[in-house]
Amino acid sequence: MTMSERRDWMGVLARSQPQRLADLLGPLPAHEMLRNPEIGAVMVRGRAGAAGAPFNLGEMTVTRCSLQLQGGLVGHAYVQGRDKSHAIRAAIVDALMQGPQSATTREAILAPLQQDQSAHRAATRAKAAATKVEFFTMVRGED
Amino acid sequence: MYVAVKGGERAIENAHAWLAEERRGDPAVPELSTAQIREQMTLAVNRVMAEGSLYDPDLAALAIKQARGDLIEAIFLIRAYRTTLPRLMASTPVDTAAMAVTRRISATFKDAPGGQILGPTFDYTHRLLDFALLAEGEVPPAPTALTGPAQDMPHILSFLDRDGLIEEATPSDEPPPDLTRAPLELPADRALRLQALTRGDEGFVLGLAYSTQRGYGRNHAFVGELRIGTCPVEVDIPELGFSVEIGDIELTECETVNQFTGSKTQPPQFTRGYGLTFGQTERKAISMALVDRALRWRELGEDFTGAPAQDEEFVLSHCDNIQATGFLEHIKLPHYVDFQAELELIRSVRAAAFASREAAE
Repeated sequence: MTMSERRDWMGVLARSQPQRLADLLGPLPAHEMLRNPEIGAVMVRGRAGAAGAPFNLGEMTVTRCSLQLQGGLVGHAYVQGRDKSHAIRAAIVDALMQGPQSATTREAILAPLQQDQSAHRAATRAKAAATKVEFFTMVRGED
Repeated sequence: MYVAVKGGERAIENAHAWLAEERRGDPAVPELSTAQIREQMTLAVNRVMAEGSLYDPDLAALAIKQARGDLIEAIFLIRAYRTTLPRLMASTPVDTAAMAVTRRISATFKDAPGGQILGPTFDYTHRLLDFALLAEGEVPPAPTALTGPAQDMPHILSFLDRDGLIEEATPSDEPPPDLTRAPLELPADRALRLQALTRGDEGFVLGLAYSTQRGYGRNHAFVGELRIGTCPVEVDIPELGFSVEIGDIELTECETVNQFTGSKTQPPQFTRGYGLTFGQTERKAISMALVDRALRWRELGEDFTGAPAQDEEFVLSHCDNIQATGFLEHIKLPHYVDFQAELELIRSVRAAAFASREAAE
């Protein structure tokens, strides 16, 4: 496992539809909470002129938690919104991905989530592409 | 003598019960769910998130339902709620160049790389009531077109920047001041102004922006680029030692190209105004960019013409609709004692005036 792989799957889990993740994960494996799910805010920042000095744009809700599976694997989650069970499930998958079950977890849970998300992005891009303006010039016949 | 008066509890309770009944409306009409508001009143939800300064569509929808559609009341509910949340951290600044755009237009370059993408816009509609919406019906899916792989969409102004035709947006990593943590102090820097404007009242910021177009602090803005889409929000997680994306948010960004500055030592360049707002809120983002630009007169060496949009104290002290509502609406609360004092005063002044008139006669 590399840091960038973990970064990627945590991002996929954070973006997942809570119900979809629940369906894919099924019953929760035994775990112990290290940090109970906590709802809080993250201050989102932007940059003046898109590239200049940072400024505070506004907050977003986020839920985080940390837990440990039997056997000692530790999972963390930071997910958008206020769904505590979403955060718990994301942390469980984060822990599973670091252990011997990573290949099956990737196949059964992460891959379908990734697929959902890329399908959603592709559908949005395709609709946007259909609204792209194709300029043409009228022949005025003056010369 | 000051006499504290109690009472009104029963009246208040009954007023709230009636409010709940009125909120529900005719029970013969099906009740509106917050999911319906979130999905079908999206632009109201976006405005409440932008001015409530909290990105959470579910909560914004709930606030709109609770407020009976009064958006400023809904914004108030969101602002009150956000003060109860612990601040976990701040994100790294969102990278709007990597936005997955649903709309992206430029009024300055017809053939901008990446093209003009109209997106789900009201522009070019005829603003005629669509009576078909009175009837329930399915909407056909929007047409799609073939696309290549996803690509970053470079900012159009970066092309001007490359040629030195526009002032540079100087990058920095200075932690910005935060209006929600420290009281507003003037003069404010640009970061603080942008925070105040992005959560400011859309109507107020629009009015100010319009005033600059009509000549009160004119700066002749072109919409260099307007883009709407989603951006990932990334935070550094201390316990992990790396950063993760915690979700995607929809943003509207407007960059304006404005008239030049220059000096003996520096050749003339275009200048910039900037707007960035939560959700699909383009009227607000364009307005923000115009007012941002007007407020930059000092740093760009322009004259202060006395225009309201140039006056930082005026703009920043009045753009927040929750502050404004609070102070405006407090005057309907009991002021019996204040008014009693005024009444006594006017009676004594009048008595004195009558007495002196009688004496003169």
